[in-house]
Amino acid sequence: MTATAAQARAPTFFDEVVQATPGGPIHLELCLQCGTCGGSCPSGPDMDHTPRALFAMISAGMREKVLSSNTPWYCVSCYYCMVRCPQEIHITDLMYTLKRMAIKEGFYRKSSAAGAPGFSQTFIDYVENYGRSFELGLATRYHLSHHPLDTVKMATFGLGMFRRGRVDLAPKRIKRVDELKAILAKAKEIGGEE
Amino acid sequence: MKYGYYPGCSLERNARAYHQSAMAVTKPLGIEFKVVDDWNCCGATEYIAINRLAAYALVARNLALATKQADNGHQLVAPCSACFLNLSKAEYYLSNSPDLAADVNLALEAGGLHYTPGHLRVRHLLDIIVNDVGHDAIAEKITNPLKGLRVAAYYGCLIVRPAYQGVFDDPEYPITLDKLMKTLGAEVVDFPLKANCCGGHMTQISEPVAFDMIHRIIKNAADYQADIIVTVCPMCQLNLDAYQDAMNKFFKTDYHVPILYFTQLIGLAFGMAAKDLGIGKEFVDARPALAKIGIEVPEEEAPKKKKPSKEALPMPSMPEEG
Repeated sequence: MTATAAQARAPTFFDEVVQATPGGPIHLELCLQCGTCGGSCPSGPDMDHTPRALFAMISAGMREKVLSSNTPWYCVSCYYCMVRCPQEIHITDLMYTLKRMAIKEGFYRKSSAAGAPGFSQTFIDYVENYGRSFELGLATRYHLSHHPLDTVKMATFGLGMFRRGRVDLAPKRIKRVDELKAILAKAKEIGGEE
Repeated sequence: MKYGYYPGCSLERNARAYHQSAMAVTKPLGIEFKVVDDWNCCGATEYIAINRLAAYALVARNLALATKQADNGHQLVAPCSACFLNLSKAEYYLSNSPDLAADVNLALEAGGLHYTPGHLRVRHLLDIIVNDVGHDAIAEKITNPLKGLRVAAYYGCLIVRPAYQGVFDDPEYPITLDKLMKTLGAEVVDFPLKANCCGGHMTQISEPVAFDMIHRIIKNAADYQADIIVTVCPMCQLNLDAYQDAMNKFFKTDYHVPILYFTQLIGLAFGMAAKDLGIGKEFVDARPALAKIGIEVPEEEAPKKKKPSKEALPMPSMPEEG
């Protein structure tokens, strides 16, 4: 295919996924469907689709099914698949791309891991406002908004952490939080939502 | 040996014991750390799930601040595996993707900062202790060999995979920590799941999935009759230790495998007092295992002065809109 012909066609779902994944060639087009990724995955048995299946679905343009799968959210970033993949596909980074696309397009709500983006968002709210993560605030805010019925269980866990001197009651703020906020705001301006 | 040092959020809180023991043992080993001034969170595994460029800019601020330090040998050390991964991954992608580097530097300029890709080498604390200090120098400091303690050396994922800045151990069957434990005099058990995942943030996403992953690792170490599991990461420590009880309830099992940091074991072998190494903050009591080799941990260390109540855990206020 000539460059002009490639530019002429509308980008496919596959193109969009590749485009949104950083770090140069990610080799997704080289997938052999060998299944080494799924076989290596510690949370694979609990996923709606193995990474291998998901990659075939991406190639087939099954946008909604891919973006509402729990698979990216059940990826634990252990990188086993990535070091074992015979084609050196950047699988873990692809999972992060699919998470961002699922949030942007709202399909994550259909997945069995619908609470996961809330956890990520709560985590980064603290980072953006204080410069540091805040475990106690993260746990309480996330659980009250997403799993209110688990609050008593969480409180018990929190007390255990507290008794061992392993939690702070207030977040730590970095000195130059305005500098950080300016950097993150600029990054969002250049990079957009994803 | 001088290095830049990036402690990471966990070492300020749930992994204070790791911080305390790391500081206690690196000093006699001749390691000098310069903490990166005003460092911020690395984003863990969460920021990159929400916003790609902001996630890289967040990490790059730390890299930029570290390059401002004089005299750090262009090396930045992280004790947390997740921080190590994020810092080294950002450095790698910035070095290999000029477009990403240009965008990230545009963002950094908004805060008056700049990072030149390739400037820093990011390393994990275990790597510098084993490879820069070395076994001979460590052996010289040992006064209390850990003879008779059966240790399962647990690496988790991110210090060996995917090795963005060069491999320092095998991604499937690493041995660095095993060798270090042998140098300390401990008996290292075979541990096939030594580089398996602890579950990361899965405790917050799906408990059954998380407990299954925790169970596999604890069971494997117990099957090989390990007295303790030694770890190199605050997330692994938290999952295997703080959730071990809940995992036991879930599977109706009764495991009690204490989880200690490798720096705590180095300190014990150097003859340091357990309380000066933060030992006693674990959920799964390490005292029976340590008593086996004649190390006593004073009972009164459990801080019970304050009477905890539900009111002692106030709801933090929502952060104001940034």
